[in-house]
Amino acid sequence: MNVIGIFLAASLTDNVLLMRFLGLCPFIGMSADVNKSVGMGLAVTFVMVMATAVTWPLYHFLLVPLELTFLQILVFILVIASLVQLVEFFLKKNVPSLYASMGIYLPLITTNCAILAVTFDNISKGYGLMESVVYAVGVAFGFLVAMVLMAGIRSRLRTAPVPKFLEGTPILFAATSLLATAFMGFSGLIK
Amino acid sequence: MQRLWKIFSKGIVYENPLLMLMIGLCSAVAVTSSVGNAVGMGGAMTFVIVFAELVISLFRKLIPNDARIPIFIIVIAAFTTIIDLSMKAYLPELSKSLGVFIPLIVVNCIIMGRVEAFASKEKPLDAVVDALGMGVGYTWVLVGIAAFRELLGNGTLMAAQVMPEAFQPILFFTLPPGGFMVFALFISFNIWLKKAMERRAAAPAKEAA
Repeated sequence: MNVIGIFLAASLTDNVLLMRFLGLCPFIGMSADVNKSVGMGLAVTFVMVMATAVTWPLYHFLLVPLELTFLQILVFILVIASLVQLVEFFLKKNVPSLYASMGIYLPLITTNCAILAVTFDNISKGYGLMESVVYAVGVAFGFLVAMVLMAGIRSRLRTAPVPKFLEGTPILFAATSLLATAFMGFSGLIK
Repeated sequence: MQRLWKIFSKGIVYENPLLMLMIGLCSAVAVTSSVGNAVGMGGAMTFVIVFAELVISLFRKLIPNDARIPIFIIVIAAFTTIIDLSMKAYLPELSKSLGVFIPLIVVNCIIMGRVEAFASKEKPLDAVVDALGMGVGYTWVLVGIAAFRELLGNGTLMAAQVMPEAFQPILFFTLPPGGFMVFALFISFNIWLKKAMERRAAAPAKEAA
């Protein structure tokens, strides 16, 4: 499979949020306004790509030769946790306003299933390092797009008349459902 | 006994991890296209949360406060690995259809949240009861959503044909958008249920006064 194909599949047809339901917690928690959602999307992008670039060699050059593949879950999650810590230090020092507004969701990137899932996918799909990184960038791009779209929808929802029984969180999921329906239209893009 | 029941029951409606606290959502929407998957996922999740809470509660006085998060993660990851490998060995079909979501239990916020908020402070027995409550609360929602989606989207329950022949399956419900939609309805239902229960609790109090 070529690189462009991997990118398109990862970002649009298999959109990580809308088609595979990964990383929903920040999606619901952080999409209240566009700036925050972009910040979150970029932080996730950074961690996702870095995590892929670190875990792939770690798995193929350390765990496989030592026959320690059963430690995969443990090792990957520790790598991701340390990377998140790194992003946290960086943001705290350089972009304190964004750091403050992201609050609890920043450390929670560690438990963002999308990131861990991407690192597992790269191993189980048998991608090479190059393909893995492209895949990670694609997934992260899809995440960012979905976040920003949702932030836009939510700013409209604030003034829209919502049926009473859907007020609050339910309407967010109903809107996500429609967004996901729209993304299903991409499924013909790639065979 | 009553105290334990209280701890157990709060996970089912009032602090239902999925519908009220809105954590651990990813797996809830993803694995609920069939009831079999939902039961498998609920079981695996309950196993991990019970043992993680038990172990951490037992060692709660020994775990240094500064290093607690990495320690929690390692404990949770260990039990997740156990259930992942066991399912691969004994239930290969189920394991295949749940795919990446079994290893992803390790980053399920419900477990991390309960361990941090409850097990690291309370006695082992209380922690296990709390874990069971959360596990059951998680599983019933999963199975409920899955039953709804499988019945309407496929006309079956647990892979057995339930709907009459003439029923035209509504494909929408087995596809991802249907998952989101059914989940929205479930949250709405749980909010209603909680309000109804509060009203009923308030009514006798008013009569007494």
